[in-house]
Amino acid sequence: MSAARVAVLRFPGTLDHESAARAVEGVGAEPVFTHHEDTALPDGTVAVVIPGGFSYGDHLRPGALASRTPIMGAVKAHAAGGGKVLGICNGFQILCESGLLPGVLRPNASLSFICRQAELEVADSGTAWTGGRAEGETLSIPFKHHDGAWFGDPGSTRVVLRYRGENPNGSIDKIAGISNLAGNVMGLMPHPEEAQDPLLGSVDGRVLFAALVA
Amino acid sequence: MTLVVVTVMPKKGVLDPQGQAVQGALAHMGFAGVSDVRVGKRIELEIGGDDPAGQATKMCEDLLANNLIEDYSVEVAG
Repeated sequence: MSAARVAVLRFPGTLDHESAARAVEGVGAEPVFTHHEDTALPDGTVAVVIPGGFSYGDHLRPGALASRTPIMGAVKAHAAGGGKVLGICNGFQILCESGLLPGVLRPNASLSFICRQAELEVADSGTAWTGGRAEGETLSIPFKHHDGAWFGDPGSTRVVLRYRGENPNGSIDKIAGISNLAGNVMGLMPHPEEAQDPLLGSVDGRVLFAALVA
Repeated sequence: MTLVVVTVMPKKGVLDPQGQAVQGALAHMGFAGVSDVRVGKRIELEIGGDDPAGQATKMCEDLLANNLIEDYSVEVAG
């Protein structure tokens, strides 16, 4: 049996696709890089990862231009059919700008680019994305962003992950990651693809990739 | 061609850290009496065809502004 295929989207300015692809391989799936001008996902795609970076140089608003590209029409159709979609950092911004997730990511309250390990609290154990961890458990995953303050109505979404301790970026309710109400579309600012190897200090990011093929 | 000027501003009540940073700098430089600063953007569009203002408004709704956090205005400049 061949491995499940996971489309890893690439836009001009995407940076973290190689790490995301390795994380996809780590859960036994086959990553397939998918171009922003494609109008369809690769044959047999079971899930989509939108990696981090600075698509289109963050021009206009982070994620705004990428969210209007042809491939996003295919991603919307995939999500509407219940398919899983994981957006990381700029990928989260793209999901919000596309309307697949509510809200928007605003500049950090400090206006600083912040790069460090984050302790994340599981706020909703009912989605696939946290691998059965109980509410209140911790995932240690790094983040690196300038525009990571989620702004919106928390009642319009499922809050899956919150920052523990001090709010690093001014997001509403210390939100680090949300899913749609159905639970198949997930976006987060921290980088689970960089928490895959014990050498890097944490493997807590694996559960989010495992959910793609669960 | 018609020049249409779109102005996009952070909504009132939405934190504008850029405006706050500029306000702080102005105060440090000795400009007294600035009670608020907000930073937005101006987008100039050269538009052909009918109803350039209507086209620009549709562009604002579809892309140029995010209505969760931004207000826009459309002005036909000539």
